[in-house]
Amino acid sequence: MSDFFSTLLDEFPQVRAGLWVTVEATVLGSLLALLLSFLLGLMAGSRLLPVRGVSRVVVEFFRGTSLYIQLFWLYYAMPQLTGYELTPLVCGVVAFGLNYGAYGSEIVRGAINSVPRAQYEAAVALNMTPFHRMRKVIMPQAWVQMIPSFTNLLIQLLKATPLLWLISAADLMTAVEHVRSRTGETLVSYLLLLVAYFVLAYALTLLMNLLERTAKRRLGLHPGAGSLLKTRTAESAATAGGTR
Amino acid sequence: MSQTFDWDAVRDSLPLLLQGFRVTLLATVLGTLVAAVLGLAIAVAGRAPSRWVSVPVKTVMEFVRATPLLVQLVGAAAVFTSVEPLTIGIVVLGIHYATYTSEVYRAGIDGVPKGQWEACRALSLTPRRTWQAVILPQAVRNVLPALGNYAISMFKETPFLAVITVQEMVFEARKYGTDHFAYTEVFTLAGLVFLVASYPTSLLMRKLEKRLGH
Amino acid sequence: MATDSASLKEPAGSAPAPGTTGVEPLVRFDKVVKRYGDHVVLDELDFTVKRGEHVTLIGPSGSGKTTILRLLMTLEKVSDGVIWVDGSPLSHTRKPDGSLKPAGEKQLRESRKKIGMVFQQFNLFPNMKVLQNITEAPVNVLGMEREEAETRARELLDMVGLAGKVDAHPSQLSGGQQQRVAIARALAMRPEILLLDEVTSALDPELVAGVLELLGDIARNTNITMLCVTHEMNFARDVSEKVLMFDAGRVVESGTPEKIFTDPEHERTREFLNAVL
Repeated sequence: MSDFFSTLLDEFPQVRAGLWVTVEATVLGSLLALLLSFLLGLMAGSRLLPVRGVSRVVVEFFRGTSLYIQLFWLYYAMPQLTGYELTPLVCGVVAFGLNYGAYGSEIVRGAINSVPRAQYEAAVALNMTPFHRMRKVIMPQAWVQMIPSFTNLLIQLLKATPLLWLISAADLMTAVEHVRSRTGETLVSYLLLLVAYFVLAYALTLLMNLLERTAKRRLGLHPGAGSLLKTRTAESAATAGGTR
Repeated sequence: MSQTFDWDAVRDSLPLLLQGFRVTLLATVLGTLVAAVLGLAIAVAGRAPSRWVSVPVKTVMEFVRATPLLVQLVGAAAVFTSVEPLTIGIVVLGIHYATYTSEVYRAGIDGVPKGQWEACRALSLTPRRTWQAVILPQAVRNVLPALGNYAISMFKETPFLAVITVQEMVFEARKYGTDHFAYTEVFTLAGLVFLVASYPTSLLMRKLEKRLGH
Repeated sequence: MATDSASLKEPAGSAPAPGTTGVEPLVRFDKVVKRYGDHVVLDELDFTVKRGEHVTLIGPSGSGKTTILRLLMTLEKVSDGVIWVDGSPLSHTRKPDGSLKPAGEKQLRESRKKIGMVFQQFNLFPNMKVLQNITEAPVNVLGMEREEAETRARELLDMVGLAGKVDAHPSQLSGGQQQRVAIARALAMRPEILLLDEVTSALDPELVAGVLELLGDIARNTNITMLCVTHEMNFARDVSEKVLMFDAGRVVESGTPEKIFTDPEHERTREFLNAVL
């Protein structure tokens, strides 16, 4: 056991670097996912059938083919097919972005649809352009609705990052795996790893709850007391997991 | 290095992949079963009158839900070396998803009107009868689509089992890919199998959801 | 349209174009039909509203009154017939073969310039404070200077009796206050035609009188043409010059409030008035 901790201390630079890779993959992956969520989600609400169709096909494709396969395809198959190779981290970011972006687009679409039609009508009555209606009236209200579901998705994405270990991206899992193989302390290693991910997940949840609180205040709503530490409950868990 | 898509490799690897797919399906079905039963148990335990039961249950559940499935799988396989990998896979998948399904049940239980609990108390029903005869039948009625969606979700996470050497579809795909240097073909094929299997099922769940009026 | 003065006394409507005599009605429904599936809401409806007129639409619920306002605001599409506003087709034109050609977004926005609407449920934007609710469209749609728009918004808020609520969130206001803001918001766009869709129906009874009084003031002090769907017969009597009685998608009877309320000709009108008065 003491052997484990001395090894851990010994390997600390690698572990810290691994943690950084995990955070990087999470942040960049979720930024790409956020971008795609809005792009595909807005396309899904288009009046033009081809635009809606493209969005639908892309979303169903990336939701339907399993993240694991997408990652492996990017890492193993793409170089073979195109001769062009991505670094493991970029593979991870792209795969996470595409996969969770597809799920996120459903969140965006659903939130936009949940804004009462009366709000749209009031904007029409004030002669706003379609773009102006979306930007100033619909989207600010939809955004508040999206945050809890996005929080869920973000945690899911974080939980998917150990996949990077399988494509040798030197993430947190890779680093701790290394410590484990050096010491043979299986149980402690994995418990430590789980705790590390748990702490990361809670930190992200806290940040997102802060964001939600700010957004709610902007709408003149009162965020419930103590809501900052809450994790997601059934409704949002069902939207992130349930629509898969 | 770039090469074209080799259709022979597709034809060659398909039987192997489908053989692995049977393991994938088995893991999904049994894992869902574990998740459905255990999730219900967690939901009921979370409502236990004693804090000595409800608080630990909730804490463990939060922990399992917020941590990666892959780490849980690899960890469990490394600790329980004498247990067969497929069994470990099914149990870990089941436990991980039980933390999701318990939320579905919890929402269902919360959805039962307060008057139903009060009526049970007025009739002096035992807690057991209250749950069995009154609360659960009402709570569980609408959870089927959500369970179905989690089953689809789990299905798409079964490739994780390959990491602990369960010989499911992706395990076979990867093996064939390494042996014949044909990653493009096998991973494309495996992806399509997932799409073909999961898309119609998710459409079915959506239809079911609509019929149940969600 | 005059923009130099913020006073409500200015003529909101533009002068009749040269060559017209000013008798062309501001709003004209020409055999307008509105169907939802098999259900006919408006049945070859013909009616006109003159510039500056205050018209009240009454009738049993489901008689198509609100649909008329929603068609004018281009929130719904007509099934057949043409609506004319100030001599131009509102939302579509008729092709030579008789079929309808819907207007593009550009033409719709041109049409909506003249028209404002106040809704039953206020529909204030919850993501904007009171002041921004009022200035948002003047600044971004009419291209007004922000300062000018804010000055005007404050004047309007003063007029509706809410000068102190400039920085409030809509959710902090009572229903009556929200409806006053909604009225100010509509007026800020200087509409020639103001559509009022059961604007007091969602209010607590003690708040109704204030809103009605405000609308009466606007009717007396401006040239804004008003089309008003209401169940407040007192309002119809006090404010409007013309009452249209609707039933089953048609105008059954029209006339001055005195005529309609004291000496209705049609049996349906008598029945309806007996039921509501």
